[in-house]
Amino acid sequence: MTAHTDISAEVLKRLYETMLRIRLFEDRVAVLYPEQLVKCPVHLCIGQEAIAAGVCAHLAKSDYIFSTHRSHGHCIAKGMDLRPMAAELYGKTTGCAHGRGGSMHLVDTENGIPGTTAIVGGCIPLAVGAALTARKMKNGRVSVAFFGDGASDEGVFQESLNYASLMKLPVVFVCENNFYATNSPQKARQPEVNIVERASGFGIPGELADGNDVLAVYRTAQKAVERAREGGGPTLLEYRTYRWKGHVGPLADIEIGCRPADEHEAWLKKCPVDLYGRYLQENDVMSDQDIEAMLARVEKDIDEAIAFGKAGQEPAGTDLYDYVY
Amino acid sequence: MPWTKIQADDSRKQVSFGGPASAGLRELSYRDAIREAMSQALETDPAVFLIGEGIDDPGGVFGTTVGLKDRFGAERVMDSPIAENGMTGVAIGAAITGMRPVFIHMRVDFLPMCMDQIINHAAKWSYMTGGKVKVPLTIRAVIGRGWGSAAQHSQSLQALFAHIPGLRVIMPATPYDAKGMILGSIAGNAPTICIEHRWLYDMKGNVPEEPYVIHPGIGAVRREGRDVTIVATSYMVYEALRAAEELEKEGISIEVVDLRSVLPMDEDLIVESVRKTGRLIAADTGWKHCGVSAEIAAVAAEKAHAALKAPVRRLCLPFVPAPACQSLEKAYFPTHADIISAVRGIL
Repeated sequence: MTAHTDISAEVLKRLYETMLRIRLFEDRVAVLYPEQLVKCPVHLCIGQEAIAAGVCAHLAKSDYIFSTHRSHGHCIAKGMDLRPMAAELYGKTTGCAHGRGGSMHLVDTENGIPGTTAIVGGCIPLAVGAALTARKMKNGRVSVAFFGDGASDEGVFQESLNYASLMKLPVVFVCENNFYATNSPQKARQPEVNIVERASGFGIPGELADGNDVLAVYRTAQKAVERAREGGGPTLLEYRTYRWKGHVGPLADIEIGCRPADEHEAWLKKCPVDLYGRYLQENDVMSDQDIEAMLARVEKDIDEAIAFGKAGQEPAGTDLYDYVY
Repeated sequence: MPWTKIQADDSRKQVSFGGPASAGLRELSYRDAIREAMSQALETDPAVFLIGEGIDDPGGVFGTTVGLKDRFGAERVMDSPIAENGMTGVAIGAAITGMRPVFIHMRVDFLPMCMDQIINHAAKWSYMTGGKVKVPLTIRAVIGRGWGSAAQHSQSLQALFAHIPGLRVIMPATPYDAKGMILGSIAGNAPTICIEHRWLYDMKGNVPEEPYVIHPGIGAVRREGRDVTIVATSYMVYEALRAAEELEKEGISIEVVDLRSVLPMDEDLIVESVRKTGRLIAADTGWKHCGVSAEIAAVAAEKAHAALKAPVRRLCLPFVPAPACQSLEKAYFPTHADIISAVRGIL
């Protein structure tokens, strides 16, 4: 782990709580999914929690994030209430999108989440557009795009970096490199050049860091967000990580041969939540009791969210045409 | 909200275009009417900005943006990289966070580059967010025609977009409509594609000086008649009117309906006119197959079948890409003469 010397205990604990909220929520979804009450595809981010937590720790409520089909973690880290999130997964009118979006289209305008998109790369220019608004309104907001290594193959990735650099927009591009686009390994799709190196081609800084080390994420994201907020323009951050589950659904895809079992095993040992939890204990930031109390608090929130989600009503059917315009 | 004070004209029967200016009414070209709309939108609302490749160059998108950068500055009249899909995403991102962008393309043919952002994002955002986030984005795009513009610089792709719930597609034919419908789109909250035919830019018509809005989905009767209804889009309205004038000399009375907006489509007006005349010709600037003319015909078949005294006829582009050379161009684009033949065929 990267050392924490100058980070306050409060921030250190908050990072951990955010990671726990993501992990435990996703674990719960995976456990409940076989009930078939969540009737939409879920793309779980178990194993990638440190990135969402470390980046969003620097964002104000009014800052923007844009995310993908795998957005639960980003939205949780940005402060989204778990109840409308769970209700949206259950397809209820109490869901954040009144059951029209599902897991892939979470929204929370109060917390700077104007929507998420399930088209790979689609969120990247949207984040640039929000940064353009921030520049025009001079409101000091920063916009963050979360996307995967697969999205870096898309044309809009290059188009967005180019324009953000040209206009020096307050946007941070966060590439979560989990080495797979659905089931296609990075090596089958890209020459062996680091994604982060593409930043230099657009004249912007890039940083590569361990995406399973939340403090490494925290430090690199801090620089990027501050730079954006101070008018220094965009940064590309590449974080290496690994998704524990398959592309979609509650199961790992190892059993059907999508990824090598030994590779999966090796990454499980680098669990970002465990690594950081142990670090906090070893450095006397949190005691066993502190952690237990935090776990209980988070579990209670999730219990409530799931109950809230299950209790809601599905749309009536007569309201099919609502919200199109 | 600066737009709420602006008057709306949602009448179907305004005929204030063409011919010399009548007393007290100012005459403007289609291009100047659009430039005035752009200018008044920028004056009305600080959230409005224009963006597009080359919109600040001396030509100013066929004159529709000339002088606006000097007046409003490069932050509001923005040149753009040729990165159509990415820049559409940027415009959407701005729109969903409080701006009212107008993204301008010199050709409709460049819109296929933006399909992901238009169809998957702009059109879906309101729905996917349960109505919480609107996309007040206006996209203007120009149909080229003639002088060898050929297959990639003269397409009429309105049907592609009119297939998509969540979008609006407007095709103003007159200067009055161009100003009001574009202002209506900028003032509104739905992503709207405005398709402008290049041959319309010099057309003159009466245009009030003050800003006004026209909402989409309201057609206009351009000429009343008894025998045949011609429902036309964009430039084809003028070909239909010319055909009507010639046929009048023979005592054939044509009603010309200007659709004005293809999504939503004023189905009631089509039905009303077909019930009156009993005969329908659809004249569109695009192709026939699965096109706007097919939709017009379907409206008549579904809602006014009993009134039809003859088969519906459609005048559209031949189902081939646009050719470059003059002889083939001549064979390619339908004119008033083709409309006249079609009318004779169903009388």
